[in-house]
Amino acid sequence: MAAEMTIDITKTFSGRAPIHAHLRYEVEASTVLILFGPSGSGKTTILRSVAGLEWPEEGIIQFLSRIWLDTKSGIRISPQDRQIGYMPQDYALFPTYSVAGNIAYGLGALASHDRNKRVAEVVELFQLQGLEAAKPRELSGGQQQRVALARAVAPRPQLLLLDEPLSALDAPTRLQLRGELRSLLKKLALPSIIVTHDWSEALTLGDVMAVMGKGLVHQVGKPHEVFSRPANAEVARIVGVETVVQGQVIEHANGLTTVAVNGTRLKGLSSDAIGAAVYVCIRAEDVVLEQAGSGMTSARNHLLGRVTDIAPQGVMVQVTIDCGFPLTATITRGAVEDLRLVPGASVIAAIKAGAVHLVPRSS
Amino acid sequence: MNWTAIWVTFKLASLTAGVLLIVGLPIAYWLTFSKWRWKFIVESVVALPLVLPPTVLGFYILVAIGPHSPVGRFYSDLVGHPLPFTFEGLLLASILYSLPFAVQPFAAAFEQVDRRLIEASWTLGVSKISTFFKLIVPLSMTGLVTGAVLSFAHTLGEFGVVLMVGGNIEGETRTVSIDIYDEVQALNYAGAAKTALLLLAVSYGVLLLVYAMNRKVWAVWPQK
Repeated sequence: MAAEMTIDITKTFSGRAPIHAHLRYEVEASTVLILFGPSGSGKTTILRSVAGLEWPEEGIIQFLSRIWLDTKSGIRISPQDRQIGYMPQDYALFPTYSVAGNIAYGLGALASHDRNKRVAEVVELFQLQGLEAAKPRELSGGQQQRVALARAVAPRPQLLLLDEPLSALDAPTRLQLRGELRSLLKKLALPSIIVTHDWSEALTLGDVMAVMGKGLVHQVGKPHEVFSRPANAEVARIVGVETVVQGQVIEHANGLTTVAVNGTRLKGLSSDAIGAAVYVCIRAEDVVLEQAGSGMTSARNHLLGRVTDIAPQGVMVQVTIDCGFPLTATITRGAVEDLRLVPGASVIAAIKAGAVHLVPRSS
Repeated sequence: MNWTAIWVTFKLASLTAGVLLIVGLPIAYWLTFSKWRWKFIVESVVALPLVLPPTVLGFYILVAIGPHSPVGRFYSDLVGHPLPFTFEGLLLASILYSLPFAVQPFAAAFEQVDRRLIEASWTLGVSKISTFFKLIVPLSMTGLVTGAVLSFAHTLGEFGVVLMVGGNIEGETRTVSIDIYDEVQALNYAGAAKTALLLLAVSYGVLLLVYAMNRKVWAVWPQK
């Protein structure tokens, strides 16, 4: 049998849409699954069910060969016996314990010598040297996040569960830790499930992504594929970023970063090094279409392209243009008529540099 | 002053508080964390001594441990003498009488403990009982001390229950409050005043301790 994770559960909370989640994906040493969706979509409930903190009325949760929940045959493995590392959204650090005490908390089965050694290893891995004796309330948000993660991985779990790991941090710290978290997860060689509603986190951290909305799993696939090829309108609405293409940073000048995407050059904002591989993410409503040959605008990107598809969506129309890569723009029906857009027509797509989001892409 | 009565009273109050600290913890834990829908029935039973006249409570305890009840018969077969009008009988009555004074502060303290901390402990492989001692107890310390101190203070001043279950046996069940009553009956107001003042001072001191501990402003200060 292939190494797989199976989640197939039904959970009802009074006053909310029931959660019917069906999800199955292949697990390798360090596979990161992203549970992506807006708040209230049921992603945290799924994570908590995998942790054993929530008991679905019906269903199966199987991780590799281990069955954690099977309501039909009455199997209910307690969270203590699942060998998981779990980090809730607000970290839940134990206020009466020091940093070292928090990390050592789950190591009760080890002899004291081994326990001290393990704590020292983890402290070093998470760069918490010098903070061992500090109490959680004396730490910054970023330090608290590292301690919570250190505590979760110290007992060497088989699966790591992170609920919105970066959402409690301020924006600059979040950006910095996003990259660190990715390399850390790969270094730990530990499969993990991460709940997030932030698409840049999903792209940076994820190997597999499950899009959730209103208690249902709508699509499962590689993150950039899910973003650029949503299975249906619901997924497209949830992910909210229509164009996700791979590019490479080639230049930094005047505070703007130039990336090459399949021969086309785009200006955006990024601090990634020259040569770095990035995902270029553009929301369709940020793309302005102009008639070919018209004048200058303040937008830094003017891409000459050819219309490949025109798809009405309510009062708006989604126009796909080939400008070296497929780019999606959302414009009004009136604009389509004024610009006389038909498949094959030439058009210029203008995008402000600030709307070109560059997300680092790692192997 | 009747030092024997003072000794009996403090022994009774300390033992009551000690036993309630052990017996009250699992009851309070269950009351806080159980999801059983009929839990309120047990909650009401635990709170009953708060509203019941001590004589009524004492009367039922007396009947329950008397020689005509199975419990009373079992005890006298086991030990050789009946339970009413002994120190042990009085202790049992005091424990029941002060139960809400221990359990309610315990439960209130457990209620304050963030559930996410408890869940985090479980996912780290720590059993429910270890989580209780490693995490919940340290976080509830103020509530635990409050409960113990309140049940101690409450037992110091009990009168009706002692009269019903303990009687008035010198060195065995004669407590300070009974002693004061007897002094007044004997028109020895000076003796009653001294003992009453002692009880007032101790009770006030104990409550000072409880309120000082529960002062939020001090929550940060004593540690650093």
